[in-house]
Amino acid sequence: MGKLDRFGGVFLLPLIIAAVAFVLIGAPSSWLTLTIAGLSMGMMIFLMASGLSLVFGLMDVLNFGHSAFVSFGAFIAASVLAYFGGWLTSGNIALNILAFTLALAAAITFGAAAGWFFERVIVKPVYRDHLRQILITMGALIVAEQLILAVWGGSPINVPRPHFLEGTLIIGQSSLEIYRLFAFVLGAVVYAALYILLNRTRMGLLIRAGVENREMVEALGFRIDRIFIVVFMLGSALASLGGAMWAGYETIITPALGAQMMVIVFIVVIIGGLGSIQGTLLGALIVALMQNYVGFLAPKLALASNMLLMMAILLWRPSGLAPAVK
Amino acid sequence: MNRALIVKIIALTVWGLLLFAPFLFQDVRQIEVAARICVFIVLVASYDLLIGYTGIVSFAHVMFFGFGAYGVAISMKHLGAGWGPWFLGLGAGVVVAAVMAVLIGLLSLRVKAIFFAMITLAAASVALVLASQLSSFTGGEDGMTYSVQSVFKPATKILTDAEGKVLQVAGVRMNGKVLLYYFVFAISAGLFWTMLRIVGSPLGTVLKAIRENEARAEGIGYRVVAYRTSVFLIAAVTAALAGGVYATWLKYTGPETTLSFAIMIDILLMVVIGGMGTMWGAVIGATLMVLAQYYLRDLMEVAAGATANIPLLPDLLSPDRWLLWLGLAFILLVYFFPAGIAGTIMEGRRK
Amino acid sequence: MSLLSLRGVDVSIGQYSVLHGVTFDVPEGGVFVLLGRNGAGKTTTLRSIMGLWKPQSGQVMFRGENIAGLHASGIARKGIAFVPENMGIFGGLTVAENMVLATARGKFDDARLTRIYELFPALEQFWDKQAWSLSGGQKQMLAVARAIIEPRDLILIDEPTKGLAPSIIAAMGEAFREISANTTILLVEQNFAFAKSLGREMAVIEDGQVVHRGSMADFVADQALQDRLLSLSAEGA
Repeated sequence: MGKLDRFGGVFLLPLIIAAVAFVLIGAPSSWLTLTIAGLSMGMMIFLMASGLSLVFGLMDVLNFGHSAFVSFGAFIAASVLAYFGGWLTSGNIALNILAFTLALAAAITFGAAAGWFFERVIVKPVYRDHLRQILITMGALIVAEQLILAVWGGSPINVPRPHFLEGTLIIGQSSLEIYRLFAFVLGAVVYAALYILLNRTRMGLLIRAGVENREMVEALGFRIDRIFIVVFMLGSALASLGGAMWAGYETIITPALGAQMMVIVFIVVIIGGLGSIQGTLLGALIVALMQNYVGFLAPKLALASNMLLMMAILLWRPSGLAPAVK
Repeated sequence: MNRALIVKIIALTVWGLLLFAPFLFQDVRQIEVAARICVFIVLVASYDLLIGYTGIVSFAHVMFFGFGAYGVAISMKHLGAGWGPWFLGLGAGVVVAAVMAVLIGLLSLRVKAIFFAMITLAAASVALVLASQLSSFTGGEDGMTYSVQSVFKPATKILTDAEGKVLQVAGVRMNGKVLLYYFVFAISAGLFWTMLRIVGSPLGTVLKAIRENEARAEGIGYRVVAYRTSVFLIAAVTAALAGGVYATWLKYTGPETTLSFAIMIDILLMVVIGGMGTMWGAVIGATLMVLAQYYLRDLMEVAAGATANIPLLPDLLSPDRWLLWLGLAFILLVYFFPAGIAGTIMEGRRK
Repeated sequence: MSLLSLRGVDVSIGQYSVLHGVTFDVPEGGVFVLLGRNGAGKTTTLRSIMGLWKPQSGQVMFRGENIAGLHASGIARKGIAFVPENMGIFGGLTVAENMVLATARGKFDDARLTRIYELFPALEQFWDKQAWSLSGGQKQMLAVARAIIEPRDLILIDEPTKGLAPSIIAAMGEAFREISANTTILLVEQNFAFAKSLGREMAVIEDGQVVHRGSMADFVADQALQDRLLSLSAEGA
């Protein structure tokens, strides 16, 4: 099988979806707005899902608690932004950027630290035991969600946005939110960085080799468990970053956020295939575009449409569209 | 003494208490607890059939429970409170559950077992979202209240004395409410007995072989996917039946009582506490958890009140944080007592 | 002193006891062949030496040090390389990347690389190709090349001729002969013709126990012994 057949084909899917949606929606300006929203949402979901996918690929560990990193990232960023509320509304762009950077940095730092704790305490004792792994990480998710409720309460929280990301660009008749464009760019930068890490560094080489055959990497003289904890921390930090960006995107967040995103993240990694960041990006874009288009055409069916899409893709490719080579 | 026998005696004692519950516990709330225990024993036992005997984790069990409950509820609400609509609704719920189970099973059981957990979780979430959004049909977030068959109404006299008044036996009025309890009890006991039979049958033996060594069982020639899908189907249908019965008992159906993720977590906890793969453990797990849900929360309320002046602690102790402590208990259980109560008693001497 | 000595190695996988008291010595230099029927425990023996299964009891002495229970990566760093039965090639990586991973510091020793190119010219030709596109024989060459890109004292090779064409098997034999001039090879093999052309010392394993030890020359000379120990796997003899 040629490489183009294997990859080019399925990677055209988002384009096909966008083209079909263009016909169904009819109005080019609405279509453009929805497409940009879908792409930026897709990038944020990619941030949330990439860690889950890599962690599974590398160690066969499926972390049901992954969405807790997303929620914590969102709530921590919201708190930091609220704390620096004065800086956000001031016209001073430098203060704006500083406050926003601090919020993202706090989320990332917490994500990495929580990831370290999670891997050592929760996941490590149950490597290779899928049943207990699912149960324990699910238990950890419950605890994490309850902690969020205990700390931040159950009512919706407003997330202030920095002034420099407020507003919209008007192109023709479509209005594009600046925050969404920014989210898209940030996601693309992270994707590029991940791509370089995986394909141009020795660490990335070890990760890719480990995803394929963990045992052989060990027999060549490397400690895969040490690589794994780095990947786990990186994945949880990215999930928290995704959550932080999502908080600013939604502007109002509730503790239910984690559970909502978990379902979407699962659908993404199942559609995209586990273990590869290309697959995760593909899945994220498809799901987010569908969510926005269907949300516009038939609002109540947005989530169900992704469910149906997932089923269809599983029938067609049981391991997802572009999984890692195993 | 045979350790498996101890577990059976404990479980049979629970069933015995449930049988005489209307006479032993005459408080309304206590009967509520007893009926809930009956239904949850079935729900947990059917889940144990899946997780304990095939080793696959489904998060959609509550969805099947919900299908049964919503089937009965929608039918009774729109078609009236007779036996006809009851059977129709229950049948519809069971059929939907069966179709979904086969569909999900065939789609995802042939891939990796771990996909199954994710796909069932996604399916259950979609079902929950749909139930809350299609409110004209399902009652939305608020759910539905409806009346049930007239024979189950508290005002119905089942047994009468010479004067035509409702007969009292040992101080208990033989009215429709008591009949409804025994209706719930009988169906639950029957379903539990059926599952015990399944586990003891040749099918149960095959399932154990698959759980021990999947590749080997496949090598011997068992069609693993077919067996797993059929167990998933049996579990789903049983859960739907339990849902229908619970909907009849409650005379109310909503996302909170029959579809929510919290119930799925309850089921998980019950099966782990009781002991996976023991079947009898379901009785112990369901009983303990339901009792804890009703009575420990009161205790937490008191504790939260007592610590009101200490920062954060009352937040953590408030009954709303019930799940926090359950989650912690759950993690510790899976770490240290993966065999659960029944499993630990059964294998106690070997350790 | 032997390079490698197994003393009473017991291995259980799950509830099944696979090796019970495996004991044999691999002298330094040349090819040592481990023979036995399917399922006798040959692969498990290699994996236990490599640290991929932990022996429940017994010793694995390598250069006088007990390495049983060490992590596989630590055993690799002591100078043991492993070529598993499925070759353990990373298909999504290029040939070059597969080779780089096998080096300790990410740099090639030019002399060694040149020698590998001489032994296996195909690897140079497909250097930048993804490994899944190689033929079975080329994958086996890559697996062996990975094992010798760094100086090693011992290479464990599991059934390298399985499924290969006769001409490639012959080339593989030549390569092994050359490698074994300065590196000891512990070879697990079902193809007796191939094994006897290479082996100096040998052992036969049956039902998880070593049932015969000795020189290959003696074993080849004793037809009755071969029939008794290898009746099912001696087609090549």
